[in-house]
Amino acid sequence: MRMRHIFAEAGAGLRRNLTMTLAVIVTMWVSLSLFGAGLLAQQEVGLAKGKWYDKIEITVFLCSKAVAGDNCTPGQDATEAQKVVIRQTLQSNPEVSANGVYFEDKHEAFEEFQKAYKGNPLEGSLTEDQMQESFRVKLKDPQEYAGVVSSVAQLPGVQAVQDLKQILDPLFSWINLLQWGTIIASALLLLAAALQIGNTIRLTAFARRREIGIMRLVGASNFYITLPFLLESVISALIGAGLAAGTLGAGVYFVIIRKAQVSIQSLAWIGWHQTILAMAAVGIVGILLAVIPTLVTTRKYLRV
Amino acid sequence: MIRFENVSKVYDGQRRAALADVNVEIDKGEFVFLVGTSGSGKSTFLRLILRELRATQGNVYVAGRDLAKLHSWKVPSMRRQIGTVFQDFRLLPNKTVHENVAFALQVIGKSKTTINRVVPEVLDLVGLDGKGDRRPDELSGGEQQRVAIARAFVNRPMILIADEPTGNLDPATSVGIMKLLDRINRADTTVLMATHDQTIVDQMRKRVIELDDGLVVRDQSRGVYGYAT
Repeated sequence: MRMRHIFAEAGAGLRRNLTMTLAVIVTMWVSLSLFGAGLLAQQEVGLAKGKWYDKIEITVFLCSKAVAGDNCTPGQDATEAQKVVIRQTLQSNPEVSANGVYFEDKHEAFEEFQKAYKGNPLEGSLTEDQMQESFRVKLKDPQEYAGVVSSVAQLPGVQAVQDLKQILDPLFSWINLLQWGTIIASALLLLAAALQIGNTIRLTAFARRREIGIMRLVGASNFYITLPFLLESVISALIGAGLAAGTLGAGVYFVIIRKAQVSIQSLAWIGWHQTILAMAAVGIVGILLAVIPTLVTTRKYLRV
Repeated sequence: MIRFENVSKVYDGQRRAALADVNVEIDKGEFVFLVGTSGSGKSTFLRLILRELRATQGNVYVAGRDLAKLHSWKVPSMRRQIGTVFQDFRLLPNKTVHENVAFALQVIGKSKTTINRVVPEVLDLVGLDGKGDRRPDELSGGEQQRVAIARAFVNRPMILIADEPTGNLDPATSVGIMKLLDRINRADTTVLMATHDQTIVDQMRKRVIELDDGLVVRDQSRGVYGYAT
């Protein structure tokens, strides 16, 4: 009996404010989707960073006939004596992991080149002799690359030192910025959604002020008076959160599982595990965003 | 049943006390008129009993409970022991007479069987049997006030508070309402009625408490509206 009355009141409230309810649902949907996408992007960056940073190595390119640098004799390959000095410098550096120095000769470099440019017009443009020899150096801690780079950069026979992190860091900082943008945008939208819910509840309370006055007069409990309002906002929030969860699920399925994971296999991709966690977060935030403004508004308008 | 001990009420931002050092005791089963000009403190007196307001000083006891010490979550259960009737009836226009009375029971969680048994009884008591399906705008003012009284009384409260219940009614209709309140009083319900209606007070010859500018200036059993000469 009691429950039927409460549900009837909540349903009447939702219908009475249909346009407001729809506005709340759509705002909730968009803002929670953005919020969830922000969470997923953060997870993805974390995964990608971990995998890429593990692979990071320093490449010390040596002088060749084709490419010259400050420490090169023009038109000459690096000499065997120079290579020995470079190798010893690298191996004696405490930041370089044991057996972490690998020499790639012209033949290997040519095979790599052919593999990378297979079917490309560039494939036949270079000969094996034009390839550059290099040392590939693995580090104990990929963050500590600066000391190793500077120890060999000025040695004779070194054409250039390349560190992958130098390439990746700007990329990651851009992704970071994008993530924060998403999170701030979703926070603003979520704030708008919360205010909208507060407003809707205020309208409903105003429309029902006679009933509420009588309920207070005859001694209906605060819980009983508040519950229809809570249900009303929680139902709209749950619909919005459900739509947002669906959007996230569809996004992950079509963009990541069907497309990205298949075509870019070198990267670690987020899967259903992270998606379900993000959906749960979206649901919890959605419910909090409905309950808190409702309680604040009803406290103000339904005070005994 | 109702006891005011040195009760003062000063509204926020005002200097003058709406009630000043009021001491009143109303026993179970009494019928009491609360008279005085507008602004004399009658409404404040009633709202303190309902705990819509809290006393600035002193203690208000209702049915043995000190309202100052009553937790706000216990206020609803305290109010279930008080029925309230107003000058403007305060009925729900989109509900029938039966539904209006039933609403008061629904929202305090009474079962459907109880409601269907009790509501016709109380409608019969107030003289509205057979009119349960009407809507308030199909009834006369006197009948609407009877619905309001039925709603206030359906839960058999110990106290009935009536704030100018005849204020919108003509004298003949008012007499009917007073007879009804008298009948409810005889069923051992304490009735406290604030009124401006001199004829009614003079006819009924009940206890009269007169307020003037927040002070109790008269408390007389079997009194009349003005000073008895």
